[in-house]
Amino acid sequence: MSLEVTLFLGLLDGVVFGLIMALIALGLSIAFGVMRIVNVAHGEFYMLGAVIAWYATTYLGNFILGLIIAPAAVIGLAAIVERTVLRKINYNPESTIVATIGLLYIIQQLVLAIYGPYAYNVEPPFYLRVDFPWFGYSGYKLSIAFVSPLIMGLTALFIFKTRLGLYMRATQQDREIAQAFGVPVGRVYMASFALGAALAAIAGVLVVPFLQAYYLMGLEALLISFMIVIIGGLGSLKGTLVAALIIGVIDGVVSVFFSPTLAKIVGSVLVAAVLLVRPTGLFGAER
Amino acid sequence: MVSGDRISRRKALKAISNVAAAGAIVGAGVVGAIGGFMAGSTTGGAQQTVTETRTREVTKTVTATKTVTAGAPTGGNPIKIGFEVHRTGIGAVYGKWYERTTVAAVNLINEMGGIDGRPIELVIEDDGTDPQRGAQVVEKFALEHKVDFILGALFSNVVLAAAPRAGELKIPYFAVSEGYHVPSGKLNRYSFQPGITDVRSQTQAVAGWIVENLGKKITMVFPDYAFGYDHRDWFGKAARDLGGEILELIPIPPTETTFTKYFPKVPADTEVLYHVMVGPAVLTFVKEMGEFFGSKRPEIFGFIDSLEGVAIDSPGLEFLEGTYFWEAFPRYLDGYDTPYHRFFREKVGVDENGADVNDPKSVATYSHMFSCWETLFIIKETVEQSGYTRRSPEDYRAFIETLENFRWFNEGNQHPQGAKLFNGRLHQGFGQQFISRVENGRLKTVYRTKIEDSVYESDVDYTKQPL
Repeated sequence: MSLEVTLFLGLLDGVVFGLIMALIALGLSIAFGVMRIVNVAHGEFYMLGAVIAWYATTYLGNFILGLIIAPAAVIGLAAIVERTVLRKINYNPESTIVATIGLLYIIQQLVLAIYGPYAYNVEPPFYLRVDFPWFGYSGYKLSIAFVSPLIMGLTALFIFKTRLGLYMRATQQDREIAQAFGVPVGRVYMASFALGAALAAIAGVLVVPFLQAYYLMGLEALLISFMIVIIGGLGSLKGTLVAALIIGVIDGVVSVFFSPTLAKIVGSVLVAAVLLVRPTGLFGAER
Repeated sequence: MVSGDRISRRKALKAISNVAAAGAIVGAGVVGAIGGFMAGSTTGGAQQTVTETRTREVTKTVTATKTVTAGAPTGGNPIKIGFEVHRTGIGAVYGKWYERTTVAAVNLINEMGGIDGRPIELVIEDDGTDPQRGAQVVEKFALEHKVDFILGALFSNVVLAAAPRAGELKIPYFAVSEGYHVPSGKLNRYSFQPGITDVRSQTQAVAGWIVENLGKKITMVFPDYAFGYDHRDWFGKAARDLGGEILELIPIPPTETTFTKYFPKVPADTEVLYHVMVGPAVLTFVKEMGEFFGSKRPEIFGFIDSLEGVAIDSPGLEFLEGTYFWEAFPRYLDGYDTPYHRFFREKVGVDENGADVNDPKSVATYSHMFSCWETLFIIKETVEQSGYTRRSPEDYRAFIETLENFRWFNEGNQHPQGAKLFNGRLHQGFGQQFISRVENGRLKTVYRTKIEDSVYESDVDYTKQPL
């Protein structure tokens, strides 16, 4: 395979991967930006999305229903967690990390107990093999490259054009002043946490036709999300998208020319470099 | 050196007649090996009268540990066998079927009168397909449950962690893994793998057919850990010895989730793509391979590990049509239709297509799980021939030396996959292998190797290690 074709494949695979990861990372970034908390259980919301999509497709026979039910269920769960756990510990950053580690294990083990340890496959809503002159590529995966930016665009619209979005941005800038101006900070927190979880769940649904739903799938997603939000800047929508594409393209290109292990190493080194040079990330606001 | 009673011919015959009485066709072909030096501090337990009952009793302890004494004879204190299983983690699909096969074999043995008149009590522990936990499970079996023998793990990294601990604790450990760890000499006198042929043998047995029928220029895709390296090293050697050429080696981490990025590394002049993958993402691997190559694919030869537990007619796998797979034991009954094979399928509850009789969507890990069944019958045979009665250095010595002197395990209900040639110096069994072609969304066996094709020369000799 010629150099150009290999590079093309690396870029294609990297951009698709980056766009999926951007959705998950955006969820993590929103929760952090507004609430100043690090949700270690974020990857489990992604896994739950995939698992619920499997149930929806298997028992209701409809993938699109899964795309509605999974985020809805995860929003419900996230709202309950926010009310019963995070609020009780007053969003204390250290306590939140410990609490969400606990949540990670609770979700993972519940899924293990109910869904089982197996990796189940969900049939994609359509089959299409895109036949490039040199190799073929999954048409479904390519379609995600369009769906994911669409969802991110809707999220941006929500944040910049709705009242709740305005409240969220206000809370992100300064919680106390926002509260003084009558922003219902408690409800904004719950909405932000739920929105973050929903984005992860949607990503879980989207990937399940080509990655199986598996109870341990959340960890890798969490680690990559952390890399993305650190590089992009916590709480920055634009930064998340740019960083996700950077990470995705590095992963794709380094993987095809060298090795996927090296791609992970390069990604980690990049995180370290960004932290050294610009601790708030590429697009993070100085504080 | 070794003292004690000789095993009596009467006892050996009794063992075989027990088997025959329960409907088995042929016992283990070991009689030639039992002359010499059987040992042990035999006590009354070994000669107990068997009262056969059909009662079913499954007990569950409050912890994760499960003990099964289903269909057990009422007399005799049980022989405890610790079963280390991958219930969770990346080996879980195998674990499910290994457990089912093991429980079926234990039930059958207990219905047949147990081992030397004593019921088997199976103690099951999950190792999470994790090497560290694998070693801990061995300790738990030895020190807490005080089992007589350990039926070990499948994933070779777990075996490599668990078996040395079993050796230190001086308790026989039976791998059901197919990894080239026991016969490599890396393990110890207490580790055995009699029930399934190792990777070195498997690859050697099929290499000639691949080079002759599919092509000489081969690219290998394999998991990036011990099991994959066995493929890389031994298939590579066998193919080169036969005039083949390995163009490229592509290792993939077993936890990898997407694979398209690996396929550009396959050189364009590849004639045969040799693949073996494990883990929860095997279906993704095979699908993405199909999407990538489409109709312009080279010949593809896979180890069925890449699709164990996955239906061949799954959507997205159409491109597999006309590709080949190694199988240890054909998933579809017609690939090797014998009365013993039918018997095994019926007892484990697998239909003619290799799926659960109650759920056609649940496909078995059929090419590997028979090893649990066969190994349990080997344990039974060895206990009965050696006069083993309890956990003691003398009885273990008798047990191990007896097993090391076995030469053949004949085909029969106890060994449905086929006869096994056993090499006591290597602690490894050797059996026939199958090559199947995907035709109309199912596997059709096209070639069956001879046992001799699997045998290799080796300097390893565990019998020289002290006990």
